[in-house]
Amino acid sequence: MNKNIKLEVRNITKVFGKHPQKGISLLNEGLSKSEIFEKTKQTIGLDNVNFEVYDGEIFVIMGLSGSGKSTLLRCLNRLIEPTKGEILIDGQNITDMNPEELRNTRRNKLGMVFQNFALLPHRSVLDNVAYGLEIQGIPKEERYLKALEAIETVGLKGQENSRITQLSGGMKQRVGLARALANDPDILLMDEAFSALDPLIRSDMQDELLSLEDRVQKTIIFVSHDLDEALKIGDRIALMKDGEIVQIGTPEEILTEPADSYVSRFVAGVDRSKILTAESVMKRPDPIISINSGPRVAIQLMKDHGISSIYVVEGKNRRLKGIVMIGDVLEALKKGKSLESVMIPDTPRVAPDMPLKEVIPLIADSQYPLAVVNDSGKLLGIIVRASVLGALAISGEIEQDEVPEEKASEESASGDKIPEEKPPEEKTPEEKTPEEKPPEKTVSIGKNEGEDGQPPEGSGGSGNIINNGIDSGPVPAEAGANNGAPAKAPDRSDTMPGSEVKTC
Amino acid sequence: MLIPRLPIGDTVEFAVDWVEGNFGIFLDFISDQLDFLITGLKDVLLFLPPELFILVISLLAYFAGKRNIKLAVGTAFGFFLIQNMGLWVLSIETLALVLSSALLTLVIGIPVGILCAKNEMLYHIVKPLLDLMQTMPSFVYLIPALIFFGLGNVPGMIATVVFAMPPAIRLTNLGIRQVPKELKEVADAFGSTGWQKLAKVELPVALPTIMAGVNQCIMLSLSMVVIAAMIGARGLGYQVLFGIQRVDISMGFEAGLAIVIIAVVLDRITQNLSPR
Ligand SMILES: Nc1ncnc2c1ncn2[C@@H]1O[C@H](COP(=O)(O)OP(=O)(O)OP(=O)(O)O)[C@@H](O)[C@H]1O
Ligand SMILES: [Mg+2]
Repeated sequence: MNKNIKLEVRNITKVFGKHPQKGISLLNEGLSKSEIFEKTKQTIGLDNVNFEVYDGEIFVIMGLSGSGKSTLLRCLNRLIEPTKGEILIDGQNITDMNPEELRNTRRNKLGMVFQNFALLPHRSVLDNVAYGLEIQGIPKEERYLKALEAIETVGLKGQENSRITQLSGGMKQRVGLARALANDPDILLMDEAFSALDPLIRSDMQDELLSLEDRVQKTIIFVSHDLDEALKIGDRIALMKDGEIVQIGTPEEILTEPADSYVSRFVAGVDRSKILTAESVMKRPDPIISINSGPRVAIQLMKDHGISSIYVVEGKNRRLKGIVMIGDVLEALKKGKSLESVMIPDTPRVAPDMPLKEVIPLIADSQYPLAVVNDSGKLLGIIVRASVLGALAISGEIEQDEVPEEKASEESASGDKIPEEKPPEEKTPEEKTPEEKPPEKTVSIGKNEGEDGQPPEGSGGSGNIINNGIDSGPVPAEAGANNGAPAKAPDRSDTMPGSEVKTC
Repeated sequence: MLIPRLPIGDTVEFAVDWVEGNFGIFLDFISDQLDFLITGLKDVLLFLPPELFILVISLLAYFAGKRNIKLAVGTAFGFFLIQNMGLWVLSIETLALVLSSALLTLVIGIPVGILCAKNEMLYHIVKPLLDLMQTMPSFVYLIPALIFFGLGNVPGMIATVVFAMPPAIRLTNLGIRQVPKELKEVADAFGSTGWQKLAKVELPVALPTIMAGVNQCIMLSLSMVVIAAMIGARGLGYQVLFGIQRVDISMGFEAGLAIVIIAVVLDRITQNLSPR
């Protein structure tokens, strides 16, 4: 994604009521919102909000009911007039535009999709979609042509002459989306656009929005009170509370580095395996060995790091070639063979953006750490079991029934990638996870690694080398590093159960 | 008595004289225009032979009622009956008076209703006036109308317009205010001008409510037009009044029946005109 700033919000404050300036001056004096309301009956809707949205990203504004999401979104196209502050779109300040300039900006740059669809009941689908073009005075043929295109984009071809009342909720929102797209705006504002849809349709629409985003490259600002939705579609998320933004970041940042206890409580209930990606749990591939090195170097490296396997790469840009096991390397040294001859080339690899949910079954089946490899074959990092579980453990539990179910569907796929037969203990990581305390979890897994992650051929001979597939020493520390603060985890899940967060 | 009798009546009379004196020409001008409207409409309607008129109004009922054959047949039958009773010309006079009154009412009432919906201040001024207009007995309007416009159709029409105005304003105002906030936001968010918002979003969405106002307005006009016979408005009302004065039951009943027929037909047609 290129990082051109598309929209910039500077110090936006909104005071509802008859004397907004009073509210502003009291805010400046540092009074709290409730004090201001008691004194002056002015409601502080937004308090000094700042953020920017990059070209082509999906920016989600999230927060509980009443936190000011809709107010903020409506300030962006001045459906609600901000009391103070500036909003720049492509560098143009829209807060001091006159009505005509504002109208033109709304027509050309800003599309909007509404929570309850807001379709005009007296118009057909086609005329609804063409509305934005119609008010610009575009001749009938041309606007119908564009409207039909938009209708096709959202997958409603053939419905253009239907009446609005004949459509289902999902179809209605597609019309709403098409209406916004027909103007070909740069920015789409979507206020809880999928909240009125039932869960399945909603999920479909989210998927479609993502694929649409790939095709049409709009900047989308999406309001949602649903954390799962925000994490799924958001490139970045702004979390709001009482009219202020408490944190802005990527879904992973929000999950792994919550800015304060409010955010961490907010995200406590999330199924992290759906959101975290391979990239976020991988560790630096250190050490690695060049394919041109000899067995002696390999043995020394493994010794120094206390590991029993090492990844083999080629060239400056670390193209992954394979993995070697300590036993095989010792053998090669004895027989004077090259490193390459004992290398296992087809180790399991994953892409950096693979969701953790799909990584889990792979790593459960694998004897080796997983290699994270980008499109051009470069080794970016490796994933060991401990770091996966450490990342998941941060917020307490993984839903017990979810992972094995996922696993079943994943089995055939992972079977192809992993040549070795599945060890009988393949389910252990999932079985262990529901346990209470994260540190215990990681420890028990570490032990487990020692048992089944061990290379088949008697590598136990070499005294200095710790004998498990993966470095077991740093495990607890690793978990700690990835978590941020594992000590916090139990009291988080105590104080705020996840279900509470999602009620809006 | 210590307090002398207050000269209310005299004051009013003086005021009326003053208005007559200063605005007489203006009042005459209005009177002429309205008379032209009523007579014109009457002449057009009477120009059609009754059979053709019945065909037209039945077709209108048929299509307005979304191809309601019963309504069409009923309409045709009703108007045949009116012709059969020999009340055709009187009925057409009444109809012309009703339609021109209702037209004038709507031409004033709908824009005022829209302005009321947009302007809180205006609404707060207009609302008590409407309440007053609706609680006043309808006869009361006859007096000022009589004073300023004399006897005849025109004062009848003026009284009718005043009487039928409140529902037109109220329901238009209500209809516009009831347009969902999200739809108004749609209009704004897509960059509509004020007029586009009104014409393409608010009025169409409010149309069912506004049409209910139109219907009420026409029904009230009809009832007032009959009463306005007391100040010389022509038509069926005059016939009823005649029947009362002469205690002529058959005459009064037949005219009354004709009024009922016109009322029912107008009601059904306008009710069905509203979309959805
Ligand atoms: N027109 C208004 N007048 C006064 N207060 C308002 C107005 N509009 C919103 N508010 C207040 O501003 C706050 C934020 O409202 P807003 O609608 O932006 O919340 P939200 O985050 O969109 O919530 P939801 O998820 O329920 O839609 C609320 O406390 C609300 O009461
Ligand atoms: Mg909202």
